Amino acid sequence: MRAPMSWLRAYCDPPITTEEAGRRLNDAGIELERIDRVGVGAPDGFVIGRVLSAERHPNADRLSVCVVDDGSGAERTIVCGAPNVAAGQTVAVALPGAVMPDGTTLGEAKLRGVKSSGMILAEDEVGVGEDHDGIMVLADGPAPGTPLIEALQIADDVLDLAIAPNRPDCLAVYGIARELHALTGAPLAPDPSDEDAEPSGEGELPPVEIDPEICLRFTLRVFEDVKIGPSPLWLKARLSAAGQRPISNVVDITNYVMLELGQPLHAFDLDKVRGGQLKVHRAADGQKVRTLDGTERTLDSSMALISDAEGATSIAGVMGGEVSEVSGSTTRVAMEAATWVGSNIMRTQAKLGLRSEASARNEKGLHPDLAMAGQRLAARLMVELTGARMVPGTVDEYPAPAEPRVVPLRSARVKKLLGMGVGDDEIAAILGRLGFGVTRGDGAFQVTVPYWRDGDVQREADLVEEVARVHGLDKLPITLPARRHAVGRLSPAQRTRRRIEDALRDRGLSEVVAYSFTAPDALERLRLQDVPLLRIANPMSEEQSVMRPLLLPGLLDAARHNAAHGSPRLALFESAHVYRLSEPLDKAPAGSPNGATPAHERHHIGALLTEALPGTWRSEPRPADFFAAKALAEAMLESVGIEMWVEPGERPFLHPGRTATVLAGDERKLGWIGELHPSVARAWDLGDGTVAAFELDADLIAELAPGPQPYRDVTSFPAVVEDIAVVVDEELPAGEVEAKVREAGGDLLDRVELFDVYRGEQLGEGRKSVAFRLEFRSPERTLTDEDVAAARTQIEAALADLGGALRA
Amino acid sequence: MPSDRLDQLRSEAEAAIAQAGTAQELEDLRVRYLGRKSELTGILRSISTLPPEERGPTGKAANEARVTLEEVLDLRKEALESSELEERLQIDKIDVTLPGDPPQPAGHLHLITQTRRDIEDVFVGLGFQVLEGPEVEFDYYNFTTMNMPPAHPARAMQDTFYFSEQVLLRTHTSPMQTRGMELQPPPIYAIIPGRVYRRDSDATHTPMFHQVEGLAIDEDITLGDLVGVLREFGRAMFGADREVNVRASYFPFTEPSVEVDVSCFNCGGRGYLKDGSRDPLCKGSGWIEILGAGMVDPNVLGFVADNGYDPEKVQGFAFGMGIERVAFLRHGVPDLRMFFENDLRLLEQFG
Repeated sequence: MRAPMSWLRAYCDPPITTEEAGRRLNDAGIELERIDRVGVGAPDGFVIGRVLSAERHPNADRLSVCVVDDGSGAERTIVCGAPNVAAGQTVAVALPGAVMPDGTTLGEAKLRGVKSSGMILAEDEVGVGEDHDGIMVLADGPAPGTPLIEALQIADDVLDLAIAPNRPDCLAVYGIARELHALTGAPLAPDPSDEDAEPSGEGELPPVEIDPEICLRFTLRVFEDVKIGPSPLWLKARLSAAGQRPISNVVDITNYVMLELGQPLHAFDLDKVRGGQLKVHRAADGQKVRTLDGTERTLDSSMALISDAEGATSIAGVMGGEVSEVSGSTTRVAMEAATWVGSNIMRTQAKLGLRSEASARNEKGLHPDLAMAGQRLAARLMVELTGARMVPGTVDEYPAPAEPRVVPLRSARVKKLLGMGVGDDEIAAILGRLGFGVTRGDGAFQVTVPYWRDGDVQREADLVEEVARVHGLDKLPITLPARRHAVGRLSPAQRTRRRIEDALRDRGLSEVVAYSFTAPDALERLRLQDVPLLRIANPMSEEQSVMRPLLLPGLLDAARHNAAHGSPRLALFESAHVYRLSEPLDKAPAGSPNGATPAHERHHIGALLTEALPGTWRSEPRPADFFAAKALAEAMLESVGIEMWVEPGERPFLHPGRTATVLAGDERKLGWIGELHPSVARAWDLGDGTVAAFELDADLIAELAPGPQPYRDVTSFPAVVEDIAVVVDEELPAGEVEAKVREAGGDLLDRVELFDVYRGEQLGEGRKSVAFRLEFRSPERTLTDEDVAAARTQIEAALADLGGALRA
Repeated sequence: MPSDRLDQLRSEAEAAIAQAGTAQELEDLRVRYLGRKSELTGILRSISTLPPEERGPTGKAANEARVTLEEVLDLRKEALESSELEERLQIDKIDVTLPGDPPQPAGHLHLITQTRRDIEDVFVGLGFQVLEGPEVEFDYYNFTTMNMPPAHPARAMQDTFYFSEQVLLRTHTSPMQTRGMELQPPPIYAIIPGRVYRRDSDATHTPMFHQVEGLAIDEDITLGDLVGVLREFGRAMFGADREVNVRASYFPFTEPSVEVDVSCFNCGGRGYLKDGSRDPLCKGSGWIEILGAGMVDPNVLGFVADNGYDPEKVQGFAFGMGIERVAFLRHGVPDLRMFFENDLRLLEQFG
């Protein structure tokens, strides 16, 4: 909302600067975006002049040489190109040295041999309007030499305000003036809609029918003998400063009333309203209407339409139609001011992609009383500015008149919510200045809400806000809550997640934060067509149209970005949610879902490596591979006390021979480790090197993390360490051999560590030797050779069952 | 006579040992003065041939000489070894200015994570727990219980991604207010960090970003308490001498609603820099907007009144801030989209 200061000050003129007024409004919730300066650079050098003579230029047919009285006593010669300049006119003159709206300084010039010292001004030259057909001819009255700014607003400050959706009353200059009044106490001029115009003569009012579900109130007045013409300069200046282009007096009046009061109006050329009747109804599905901007719009049955006897004339509350547009030949005007259902207007403009100044106000849900206020101000301006005669009576379809709202307020409640007391007198004064009716009781008030605040102020808390923001939030005491029962801490799951993230960070991985959405295409490249995906119904692009069911695509995108920007070798991780469809999405519970979630959402932690260990000046880099990723996953889980193991696994996007499923706890599946399938790595332009990755369920990790570990005595008695090597089939996983060793070793076997895998001719084709270091220990005694020999015998027997032969 | 000779031998040997420059010279001296063929060993062997009255004194003196010489030899040997080591070490020299060679260079937490953790830690210290919730959310929690029933004009302020009419990507972390209060009767003091989504993309908007929601509901939480908590937050994050400024605002789920500014740490709240130029960070105002907040609207509490949140009995505040904005203010990353490009050249500058 652009609010010109001169317009505001016409209603409330506090003795403060524009900047201070803007700051006060801003602190009270009427957000100031910026202050614009419009019009001429400075008002100095612009004066009223009188044309004493205007003669044709001796050397140019289209120019006049004018002698102008500028009040200085000396006669001033100005060469003027306007066709309408004539002796005797009161005009606006810019003297040499005047700073024009575009910042240039007016100089003296010779035009076709005649010296011109100054300029007689057209509207557009001082930013008042857009007319450049001729000079402005001002009303007689002010003496030559009078500063022009006293007769015409040629320079102004404009407050550009962002109005919150609950304050449609401030989408209006008078509403903002009322705020200034409340904040500063400076007097507020009477509401310009208080007075109505006098009707005269006779005439008929058109019949009107409405659908009360979409129209709360519909008012119509008829004006005869309307003379369409330009608006007076003062009105053009106000509209221009507020950002509204002046068009013609009738159209300008509708815009002016909207900007001053906040009520959108629509003027029909009554002679073009077919059948002389109007009807408010729902549009038919697919019905078409051509709006004022010349565009054909297709409607549906949720939208409100105004029709005459033959068809649509306007999209209600959004934009008028071409059919009954006011034109230069219009003489009969039907002025409409109506109240629409805000939510309906909001949907209509969203569906049509059509926003207007009118719909931006109507969508907020205006009060029906404002419609008549708009009619009153518009009527006065119609009579005054177009010479019209107002036909007696008003069409007023208003099936359910609104009652004024009364809200109780306790002063104790003000103190309890704010933490500061505000005196009863002050409370009453603040509410009074804002236009509330206040009846005082003992520490309590009965507050009548003015119609223009009815949508926003309905409860005690709303009144507390009014008191707080006008009294001054800078006066609030600064305190801390007592928080008798509250204890701040991270949950065990949150601490676990921090620890695993730190574990990866400490091992050289950099964390990325990738978008939660991905491209269906990316999932196809991962060969994940069959995952139940969450698809966004209104994505910004196809690239961001599905919720990722795993972190990998984001890690791959980040790897590709960095590879393309000079970092082909990297180690990345991400810790974030992944998403899958669970329930059908159209089955939301009525009322509270009671904590249910609409989708299957888990927190994952994923890593991607194209390098296990970077090279230095004295060592080669270690390329990434399956075992590098596995060691990282193990180290990460060990940092939270989880021992993991793996079994050969399968994922469509991984190397089929180098993929493992990660297990922990009670055979719970945590996720996967693997080398990327070369075709996947290529699809992300990651070259031919090995790319290793893992992705584990962090929620499950948090669930399995054991918390504080009990003490084990490993120092009182020494361990006995022995090595054992066994030759087994190549196909037999080392993990199975190790599991067998552990199982057979009994309680005394404390640690098993694989330290060598060997293949050689002497072992035979398809055989390998796997060597383990065994650590035997008892917390109760020093082990004897016999103790260890017995355990070892059992291990050897178990290995023989596996087809393993001991190596000497 | 032998005792005179012993004294002589001893001082001669001591002088020679002190002169010895290498381990070999020292070994030669050991052989010469203490070896089997040395004069001292000879004297000791010949004690039995001495007259009985000389045997005792001579034997004692000879033994003392031997012990003393052995000690002197050992001391000299240690000294020699130590200086030889020093010499070797002097030669064994490296270029200490070459890069270090750690087993694994440390990685980096993302700036968003670092900032989020810092924020969490501040509020944990102020007595808040940390809650988390789903990002795919029901309309009910995201809008309806946040006092934005269907077709509420404020819904237009948050352009929303939908999956179906009732399921969407949360546009703010506020839905966790209701979820939190459904789970836990009052009092509740919680912050809720997480990802949020809006259909918007330019230098200052990304379709995904991060917020931290705050919620404190108890019997007597006031708007003044909100200002106090946020001042402590501002001081913890932006410097101990920060002040806060509160302006009226509008959010459907708070009443009264406020915007909170913190005094600018770039210019100390003056609005201009040391060279007199306008501070670009606070645009000369001396204040930086950090978040929106307010007293939780009675309608919001009404949705969980059954769990003890009767708006006549409990009250409190809520706030919501953007993590990216805090990170931007603290680190000056110029374009929001850079947070999600995951360019290592940026990531490696932090944490």
